[in-house]
Amino acid sequence: MWAYIVRRLLYAVPILLGVSMLVFALIHLAPGDVVDLLVPPEVPKEIADSLRARFALDQAVYIQYFAWLGRLLVGDLGISFFTNRPVADELFSALSNTLMLALPAALLGFSLGVVLGALAAFNRGTWLDKAFSATAITGVSLPHYWVGIVLVAIFSVILNVLPAQGMGGSGFPTSWEQARHLILPVVTLSLIPMGVISRLVRANVLEILSHEFVGTLHAKGLLSRRVLYHVMKNAAPSALALMGLQFGYLLGGSILVETVFNWPGSGGLMNLAIFRRDVPVLSATILVLATIFVVINILVDVLQALIDARMRR
Amino acid sequence: MLLKQTLGLATAAVLALAGSAWAGGTLRVAMTASDVPTTTGSPDNGGEGLRFLGFPVFESLVAWDLTRADKLADIRSGLAESWEQDKTDRTKWIFHLRKGVKFHDGTDWNADAAIWNLDRYFKQDAPQFDPPNAAVAVARDPYVAGYRKIDDWTIEIANPRPISYFPNIATWILHVSPTQFAKTGSWAEFAKAPPGSGPFKITEFKPRVSATLSRNDGYWDKTRIAKLDKIVVFPIPEPTTRLSALRSGQVDWIEVPPPDAVPSLKAAGFEIVTNSYPHSWPWVVNLAKEDSPWRDVRVRRAINYCVNRDRLVALLNGLAEPAYGLFKRSDVFFGHPKQEYKYDPAKAKALLKEAGYSPDKPVKAKIMITTSGSGQMLPLPMNEFLQQNLKECNFDISFEVVDWGTMLVAMRNPPSAPQGLGVDAINNSLHISMDISQFALFNLSANVPPKGRNWPNWKNPQYDALIDRIEKSTDPEQYIADIQKAHEIFVDDPPWVFIVHDRNARAMTKHVKGFVSAQSWFQDFTPVYME
Repeated sequence: MWAYIVRRLLYAVPILLGVSMLVFALIHLAPGDVVDLLVPPEVPKEIADSLRARFALDQAVYIQYFAWLGRLLVGDLGISFFTNRPVADELFSALSNTLMLALPAALLGFSLGVVLGALAAFNRGTWLDKAFSATAITGVSLPHYWVGIVLVAIFSVILNVLPAQGMGGSGFPTSWEQARHLILPVVTLSLIPMGVISRLVRANVLEILSHEFVGTLHAKGLLSRRVLYHVMKNAAPSALALMGLQFGYLLGGSILVETVFNWPGSGGLMNLAIFRRDVPVLSATILVLATIFVVINILVDVLQALIDARMRR
Repeated sequence: MLLKQTLGLATAAVLALAGSAWAGGTLRVAMTASDVPTTTGSPDNGGEGLRFLGFPVFESLVAWDLTRADKLADIRSGLAESWEQDKTDRTKWIFHLRKGVKFHDGTDWNADAAIWNLDRYFKQDAPQFDPPNAAVAVARDPYVAGYRKIDDWTIEIANPRPISYFPNIATWILHVSPTQFAKTGSWAEFAKAPPGSGPFKITEFKPRVSATLSRNDGYWDKTRIAKLDKIVVFPIPEPTTRLSALRSGQVDWIEVPPPDAVPSLKAAGFEIVTNSYPHSWPWVVNLAKEDSPWRDVRVRRAINYCVNRDRLVALLNGLAEPAYGLFKRSDVFFGHPKQEYKYDPAKAKALLKEAGYSPDKPVKAKIMITTSGSGQMLPLPMNEFLQQNLKECNFDISFEVVDWGTMLVAMRNPPSAPQGLGVDAINNSLHISMDISQFALFNLSANVPPKGRNWPNWKNPQYDALIDRIEKSTDPEQYIADIQKAHEIFVDDPPWVFIVHDRNARAMTKHVKGFVSAQSWFQDFTPVYME
């Protein structure tokens, strides 16, 4: 098992290096740089050039890349060109804000998805199946930013029972007043994972139910809940893989949902960095998110291997 | 006993009333910015940054008079009580500093503080030199050739040539406490607790979330002590989210409500406050291209006659007004141009016919537009409207849609540069017209990119000569008459398609009182209070 984990971790190194190189190259493909946005157009060229030199933007891209990589290895994410604040502060504040949404959204979405999917499969063809499947398809199909706007219109503007936007403060919620700000964005964010997981679980359970071993289990006189346990255990690995991917997406922050709810998370930070051409913020954000994505997938692989010994081979 | 109790209650009631008259409450504002503007006394986020985290907190030698809604905002005394041009050498300006002013941290304002602040922007070897903000300062105020302290309350600033409108430009340089910089040692640390000298002080700053401004009870101008206790500003770039925040009671005031929402906001009892202000939303044409149709002035006049401004204003629910030049017809600087660009498609078609264009040979032009951006209003629907509108006069318009940053890069470079993407015009709203300094900056022949902002490469010797005379002027009447003449040339030989001016809309609850919508990009929050 340990050899498997070490092997998976080693695979992550070239992936992250590749991501960092790609990010750096893509950022420099866009026309102009941060100085073009930082100062008005009529700034004399020599002043604009001195700013470029200050940010080391006058050096070749590969030199900038290796210098950045060198600083990264000693834990220095740099300073934002635009705000002059440490990138680490900006990034970890944004990531913790996103985590505040992503964790409850994942919990809600995954548990609802598993329950609805399994119930739909065990009640195949009945009105329950149709109702749960319709719910799942709706969750996947509706653009979640639109759902967010509708929820705000109903619960904030018309009923005025929940806040429309913002975090109601900063940091982890310490009061009900602040926690209320989480409800609408969490519900909105949970819709897609709920729908996707529900569809997958339903399909998997139906497929497993058609296997001969399920009939054998029944024939041996196992109670229904024991049969359910075996069916769900067999359906778990692929659902776990999908949950890992979905959680990664949630941590990346949904730019649209963050925009609708004015939530200062990682998606918004990345969006802002793109428009500002703020290379230190953008490259650090993408690399950290990619790392989290890779780590989550490794964890999922390990979990799968724990559940199903065949995966370790 | 009863009398004592009654007197006690009456006293308490009077004290409570007095207290409520002074304490003006907290105003919560939703800005359009994506982030809280920077707090070092040189805020980013353009006009909005200066509006909320610039002028309310920090001050300049010369200030804007934002007390009137009925005329274009003019300058007034600020940290300088008065100023004059040196009579023997008109390249020099003498500023007499105001006495008795203190920064929020108790530091005295005097000539040493003024020189220290100028060194921040103009002296590269000064410890407080601030390269990114110095670049912005040099761009906004390119006429500081030197400066010196004359005595504790007088300084001199030199220009490279006589510039009559220099006091207008002096408004851009804001002053901060030198002591606080000495204590913190860097601008990044200074930004966490930044003392200015304005009627509000920054008391809380949460990046990407909010900034809180509290009343400065020790403000030097006792007639302008703020009524509000606090202003909290939130960056909410998405218009629908700003609207929801207002309608759900999370904020009291939103900047730039979406035009579609105006009728429903009014119906729900919210105030929509609008007024003219120096904003322009033009197409800036590319005259540098060899085969450009715009090189023929008849084509430029034709397109100006074809724009149906009233219909566009209706599309925007009245949140804009028609533009017939850089200035408005009601502005003293507008003058009397020969070309009055009312909607006249027949005249437009006749002009195009003279210039050799017809339905079979329309004028083809590609316009660079953005999806959003500072002052860009609603670029997509507005430009789609114009595309359809101009078709009727034989203009075949296509678009190059880019992000705001790409457009800024294009404007910095000559139109023929690859960054310009070969477009024939740019839809850009940066062209402000609050005073003659901006008018000159954008249009002088010498200011073509990469040196300056004259992206169209418009060159008119008569205009240049007039600006030269305006810069040397000492006669106020001649000064205004020359600006009018320069504007007449600008309208009759147009380097722009004049389309609309924004109306500076903001929506607020009925609890917000005392606000006067100045004809300016900036506003005065001192008379505002919450009822």
